[in-house]
Amino acid sequence: MSAQVKLSVNGLPVEVPAGASVAAAVAQVTMQFRRSVSDTRRAPLCGMGVCFECRVQVDGVAHVRACMTAVTEGMQVTTDA
Amino acid sequence: MPDRYDVLVAGAGPAGLAAAQTAAAHGARVGLIDAQPRPGGQVWRHDVRREAPRAAREAFGKLRDVDVLASHSVVAVESSGLRVETPQGGRLISYGSLILATGARELLLPFSGWTLPGVTGAGGLQALAKQGWPVAGKRVVIAGSGPLLLAAADTLRKHGARVLGIYEQAPAAVVHAFARQLRHWPARAVQAIGLRLRLAGVPYRLGSFVRRAHGGDGVQRVDIETPTGTQALDCDLLAVGYGLVPNTELAQLLGCAMDYLGPHPHVSVDRLLRTSVGGVYAAGEAGGIGGLAVARLEGAMAGHVATGHSVAAHALLPQRDRERRFGALLSRHFALDPRLHALAEDSTLICRCEDVTLGELGGFTNARAAKLATRCGMGACQGRICGTALAELGRFPRDGARPPIFPARLATLAGLTTLPSDDAYRGS
Ligand SMILES: Cc1cc2nc3c(=O)[nH]c(=O)nc-3n(C[C@H](O)[C@H](O)[C@H](O)COP(=O)(O)OP(=O)(O)OC[C@H]3O[C@@H](n4cnc5c(N)ncnc54)[C@H](O)[C@@H]3O)c2cc1C
Ligand code: FES
Repeated sequence: MSAQVKLSVNGLPVEVPAGASVAAAVAQVTMQFRRSVSDTRRAPLCGMGVCFECRVQVDGVAHVRACMTAVTEGMQVTTDA
Repeated sequence: MPDRYDVLVAGAGPAGLAAAQTAAAHGARVGLIDAQPRPGGQVWRHDVRREAPRAAREAFGKLRDVDVLASHSVVAVESSGLRVETPQGGRLISYGSLILATGARELLLPFSGWTLPGVTGAGGLQALAKQGWPVAGKRVVIAGSGPLLLAAADTLRKHGARVLGIYEQAPAAVVHAFARQLRHWPARAVQAIGLRLRLAGVPYRLGSFVRRAHGGDGVQRVDIETPTGTQALDCDLLAVGYGLVPNTELAQLLGCAMDYLGPHPHVSVDRLLRTSVGGVYAAGEAGGIGGLAVARLEGAMAGHVATGHSVAAHALLPQRDRERRFGALLSRHFALDPRLHALAEDSTLICRCEDVTLGELGGFTNARAAKLATRCGMGACQGRICGTALAELGRFPRDGARPPIFPARLATLAGLTTLPSDDAYRGS
């Protein structure tokens, strides 16, 4: 029903519906969003901006909450995993 | 856009939307702030695949005279207004009256395996799925407590998930007693029956809870305690939520008095939703978990009161009191089984930001001492997850809110005079 948005996650092309979150785009490529301080793999927990487990790099900006950020065309997302 | 509003509303869920629209209808200049990229809050969160419910569409349609400030996070309080972070940088926004409609988050309790990718909150997975998270064809176990489990299951199925079962911790006798009470609430009964019909075929097991999750790179299997023994279930996703807790950090920073229901605070308000701080009102879940109907009614009331129309607010009180009674009924029946407080083992991580285990927190009796010695609660979530969990487990109450209430860029905070000296801002 909605238009698709093209972006890249860890260098791989991804397509998601307009209005989707960066978290949804990342999940198509990997379930490892960040590494914790003791080097364990983490992925979104709360889905609503509270836990900060979904942090990724978006267009060069670090520590962006993937669940709180909408995708835009051509966005470059990098995870820490 | 001006940086001063007659009425500033923090939170654009159903409560904040009603507050903003009501205040604007009285002719006030209204700003409506939300950290999310779109208004709607939790229940009216944008769904990439489905049209918003009619009530939500109507609420969004009435914002013509309101400045909607999306992707605006309130991070601190200053004498002249709220310090707000936006993708474009920091802003200071001042107000005549302030309506706190900051809603609630899920109560998430630690258990072995809860840090595995694929383990989320129940409303959490619902929120992720609405925003396009891939759940189609995935085997999902839903567990925890309260009607949100059913709402989450419904949304997930509409997005193509295979819901293997819903595991409610409240015992069967109590859930059935609750169901019998629904005869006094016909509209709720109709909703509940509709939901159960849509979920026909999905097992709904009472008196059951997830003890452990197993997996390598992600969750693969869960152990579930049921009244008839332990059951192991293979799954791709595990969604566990134990109800809701109000978001009170901003209110606490403003100095608003709190009331407590068990270990978790909510904003204390009088009959007209006035907090203990002059010119500051609270509506919806921030003032105690009450659900969608309470949020809408209180939002409208706060919009009236903040613009000097107390009579109109009074007229809504009986309806609002009735809806609050339903909220109380829910929290009474879905009270948590004490066994859930013993789920975390010594090796279970409690603080997911700083990787602190329950064992490491052994000797501490207050949040501050634990934080200084172990860094528990010092990470990016600022104790929203671990501090709330530890309070629920009966360990110690959460430390009071301190600025910034969300991590913010140094540039945003540059003008801030109230940064605490002992935990300097950390970007991660
Ligand atoms: C994950 C989740 C899923 C839910 N799903 C359902 C459901 O399916 N059906 C149902 O009936 N109920 C659901 N609920 C219950 C829900 O709390 C209420 O139905 C209703 O959304 C409450 O409305 P509200 O306006 O009080 O708060 P909310 O809807 O929670 O809105 C509060 C808003 O305030 C914003 N906010 C908070 N702090 C700040 C800040 N510092 N700066 C900027 N913005 C801020 C948040 O981003 C949020 O958008 C859910 C709750 C949660 C937590
Ligand atoms: S999933 Fe919790 S902040 Fe994004």
